[in-house]
Amino acid sequence: MRLSFLAAAVLAAAPALAQDLRGPDAFADIADDSARSAALFAEMGKVLTHPRCLNCHPVEGGPTQGDRMQAHNPPVIRGEADFGAVGMNCTTCHGSRNVSFTGSPGSIPGHEPWALAPISMGWVGRSLGEICAQMKDPERNGGKTLEQLHEHNAEDGLVGWGWDPGEGREPAPGSQKIFGELTRAWIDSGAACPS
Amino acid sequence: MIHLTVNGREMSLDVDPDTPLLWVLRDELRLTGTKFGCGVAQCGACTVMLDGMPRRSCVTPVGMIDNASVTTIEGMEGPEISAVQAAWAASDVPQCGWCQSGQVMSATALLRQIPKPTDEEIDHAMGGNLCRCATYVRIRQAIHDAARTLEG
Repeated sequence: MRLSFLAAAVLAAAPALAQDLRGPDAFADIADDSARSAALFAEMGKVLTHPRCLNCHPVEGGPTQGDRMQAHNPPVIRGEADFGAVGMNCTTCHGSRNVSFTGSPGSIPGHEPWALAPISMGWVGRSLGEICAQMKDPERNGGKTLEQLHEHNAEDGLVGWGWDPGEGREPAPGSQKIFGELTRAWIDSGAACPS
Repeated sequence: MIHLTVNGREMSLDVDPDTPLLWVLRDELRLTGTKFGCGVAQCGACTVMLDGMPRRSCVTPVGMIDNASVTTIEGMEGPEISAVQAAWAASDVPQCGWCQSGQVMSATALLRQIPKPTDEEIDHAMGGNLCRCATYVRIRQAIHDAARTLEG
């Protein structure tokens, strides 16, 4: 009972720091397609539940920030366009690229575009199974097919920012290339979700 | 060479592209109305308009905004800024004054988009502008007063 509770706690979308990311070859010896697919998604979950992703995939309120996912400072809200409050959009502070601070350590993150993931794509606190179901559901994933989802994971610039987050932030595990390969292998094996 | 339009004037600047806009405004162009507060986009004192929208100039390398239009507190015009300035003076909003150009820029940007903001809308829009004299109640009141003025 206690073990299953712990397992559930580990699987829920809490920050996942400093993990290596294995490529699809590491799962080749799992003969059952569905089991291999679910294992591939669980590996993808190391990226999906990393603070670089979770901070901008909240399920309520605005973004969090930092490796400990503390409240965003200054305080910001999601706003109607997932882009902050009227009068203080994300771009009030965030530019088209990361910018190192002048005179003190650290940097302010940036990318074009820079915005919160829509509320339907909120992941914080959700299990990998729930995140997987969300990602596959066109009603909640922005109308994406699985192929478009692969393209998003493998090539989208804002996703890629997770591996180039600027001074003072830990990158997501592995690389976008491996993440894209995992997504490809997950789709090709049936896009099964972890239970 | 960096090309900017600052307060309506086109200019070419021979500066390192990594130089923050705030440095260029204050040290190169001597537009000292925009203040340095924290240098890390936490206080809002350095707020300017970048292509018409508020932007913290301390974290904006000029190389990132080549060919953009920048308006500082010195170059602001229009009914909203006039209403804000009048309301600010009427309510004695500025105390030490250091943060005030940033406050005025953010308040003006808000009123340009929401002519009659609620308390909540004001708090959300102004949440990134700190005032160490804690004039927040006066700031909120002055924005309401400016909105009433603009209503006519």
